[in-house]
Amino acid sequence: MNADFTAEELAFQEEVREFLQNEFPRELKEKVDANIRLSKEELVRWQKILYKKGWVAPNWPEEYGGTGWTPTQKYIFANEMGRIGAPEPVPFGLKMVAPVIMTYGTEEQKQRFLPDILQSNVWWCQGYSEPNAGSDLASLKTTAVRDGDEYVVNGSKTWNTYGQYADWIFCLVRTDNTAKKQEGISFLLIDMKSPGITLKPIVLLDGHAEVNEVFFDEVRVPAENLIGEENKGWTYAKLLLTHERTGIAQVPRSKRRLAALKRTAAQTDDGFGGSMADNPAFKQKLAEVEIQLQALEYSDLRTLAALSVGKAPGPESSILKIVGTELAQQMDEMFVQLAGYHCLPFVPDQFEEGFQGQYIGPGTTASTALTYFNNRKLSIFGGSNEIQRNIICKAVLGL
Amino acid sequence: MDFSYTEVQQMLQDQVQKFVQKSYDFETRRKIVDSEAGYSEENWALFAELGWLAVPFSEDDGGLGGSAVDLMVVMEEFGKANVVEPFLPNAVLCGGLIARLAKGDQKTGLLEEIMSGQLQLACAFAESGARYNLARVSTSATANGDSIVLEGEKVAVLNAPNADKFLVVARESGEVADKQGLSLFLVDSKAEGVSVQAFANIDGKKSGNLKLDKVQLSGADRIGEAGQLYDSLQAVVDLATVGVSAEAVGAMEALLQKTVEYSKTRKQFGVPIATFQALQHRMADMFIECQLARSIVMMAAMKLDSEAEVAEKQQAVSAAKSRIARAIARVGQEAIQIHGGIGTTEELDVGHLFKRVTAIDVMFGNGDYHTERFVSLQS
Ligand SMILES: Cc1cc2nc3c(=O)[nH]c(=O)nc-3n(C[C@H](O)[C@H](O)[C@H](O)COP(=O)(O)OP(=O)(O)OC[C@H]3O[C@@H](n4cnc5c(N)ncnc54)[C@H](O)[C@@H]3O)c2cc1C
Repeated sequence: MNADFTAEELAFQEEVREFLQNEFPRELKEKVDANIRLSKEELVRWQKILYKKGWVAPNWPEEYGGTGWTPTQKYIFANEMGRIGAPEPVPFGLKMVAPVIMTYGTEEQKQRFLPDILQSNVWWCQGYSEPNAGSDLASLKTTAVRDGDEYVVNGSKTWNTYGQYADWIFCLVRTDNTAKKQEGISFLLIDMKSPGITLKPIVLLDGHAEVNEVFFDEVRVPAENLIGEENKGWTYAKLLLTHERTGIAQVPRSKRRLAALKRTAAQTDDGFGGSMADNPAFKQKLAEVEIQLQALEYSDLRTLAALSVGKAPGPESSILKIVGTELAQQMDEMFVQLAGYHCLPFVPDQFEEGFQGQYIGPGTTASTALTYFNNRKLSIFGGSNEIQRNIICKAVLGL
Repeated sequence: MDFSYTEVQQMLQDQVQKFVQKSYDFETRRKIVDSEAGYSEENWALFAELGWLAVPFSEDDGGLGGSAVDLMVVMEEFGKANVVEPFLPNAVLCGGLIARLAKGDQKTGLLEEIMSGQLQLACAFAESGARYNLARVSTSATANGDSIVLEGEKVAVLNAPNADKFLVVARESGEVADKQGLSLFLVDSKAEGVSVQAFANIDGKKSGNLKLDKVQLSGADRIGEAGQLYDSLQAVVDLATVGVSAEAVGAMEALLQKTVEYSKTRKQFGVPIATFQALQHRMADMFIECQLARSIVMMAAMKLDSEAEVAEKQQAVSAAKSRIARAIARVGQEAIQIHGGIGTTEELDVGHLFKRVTAIDVMFGNGDYHTERFVSLQS
């Protein structure tokens, strides 16, 4: 048993490092370091750089433009990206809808949609949740009624992350009201420019409208945008969920945050002539987080090792989701605690592109509470942590 | 032993409760927060009229009695509705310092203006590198002939954008972290060299950083004895700490109540989410946290009102704030989590209560700071 990289893997790591060093744009890195939100254009620009290198879709099969990397290589890549703070590509197209199209789409659909996803020409958003269908997603009510060679869609979706940027939305819609609730759902791709679609931004606790409600009023969707068979959408969506789980532990991001926490502590005055890096209570908490992160990383690696010998990710991914998100949230809290009074100013605009006002600092302290608030979402979305615990109870413990 | 409120306290509680129920619903509050001043002048006048601005003052000073328990009663009710009017900076912090330190006409005049709601004050004590150490003050007050010159920067000055006058903690002598040598100065917000970088806090309250650039004062602007401020500042901040802790108790109670209510109405999988035992136990834990928080704040308030030694009082305050910090994290986070997505938005009062308790958590020392202070005061 060992967790060492082979010589080839080490060489690969070098290659990735060098690439990121040279190609991750300096302006973007500066913004990431200053906690400034990247714009749509900036995210797309970065994804196109990754695309040119052929590295934008490590999880795709090679035939569609994937990398053909081993799980270990994917791990190395994610780790290096996290280390310098390069954002992961936005998941909705590349990680969420693409695998469904690849697996269940027609040849035509693949030709039509996949290249644009790979090249980041088209921005996708996820239209699953509804006001009354959150954890119980299968109770969704947005309907799609077949009318000739079109579907007519009515209803509303909510919590659409970056819906305001999106060109297309992939939706779960109800096509059969009479069947068992999981069996009347279909997977439909909808052009966001279709007449009858309206968006209402939802402002989150950090003051930013990151999510939206999306209303469908008699929206006509060509039937050719249906994925697979009618009423089989639930099965397809479940496949997507397993893909969503890769990287769910967010170990690279947390490593970077831990390093930042240590740096910040060293720069934070304890008020008595020393720094917070020497504060016993804080040191203790920092150590606990670091240890938890090591346990998480090795749990992640164990899953990875199982994947490399061909096993499918099982319910253990629930462990990674729960621990990964709770650890991230714990670090968010520690940043707030370090900032002390400096966490109080609520100036979300200064962490947006083009802020003109007087910056309130010191450093990025005024972003700490915003991040803490925003990241409460981590334990709620992607299958809430309660739902994940239910999965462990049912699928692992047989309860 | 008697844990019941006096008649006056009972009346005070009823009064504030009625006010927030009648005039402080979520939408009204939102409008107040979004207004330029960030508080309602109408409400402020009402607070004065009903005598609430006189709560923290002794009868000798023309107040209602000034006990910590009285303050707790009011602040808890404010907490439930997330009241943003600048009660704390005016009546508790500045009022407390003036009541303790000012003399003669200056004192009577200022207190009258505070209790009648005519004067807006802000207390500038915190500094950037000082963290929670009240003695760490580098803002200087230097004698220059007959005048005194203030120079320095203050942070997190609650109510700064609205203040007519500031109470500024400055160093007249000693080293940067000495307890000796600190004095309090009354500074007009329009005086030359005074500038405010204004912002709203995460809880919607108006605040700011204060810059003092060669501000010219006279000896008459000093409140209290030169260099002798520290003990009074500490005592006033301790009372304010109990005040915000009581406010947190009210806010947490509201968070719990709203969460329980929501869980009974929100249906998933065909049943109210309240039927899931996983959530029930978490709400039971929230309840336990609220109760312990309430108990320890009562303990601290009663201790402050007692004849106990200063160190004992300080220790009780730190015990309360330390314990409250734990409750805040637990109750606040669970409230959001149990609400699911809607809890993470600006659209629900729960999120705003969560933000308020988060602010309280870091004010006047966070949990770690007060745990350490508790230990250091152990005899
Ligand atoms: C910031 C953010 C971004 C999002 N982005 C998207 C997106 O892009 N696309 C999309 O489709 N969706 C998105 N979501 C929606 C997300 O998936 C849902 O919020 C999530 O499924 C939870 O649903 P809900 O919010 O309705 O909460 P509810 O389902 O109402 O849950 C409320 C509480 O009850 C608990 N609970 C529910 N059922 C059980 C049970 N059986 N046992 C124990 N506890 C239970 C939950 O864990 C939670 O604590 C996003 C959400 C957020 C907050």
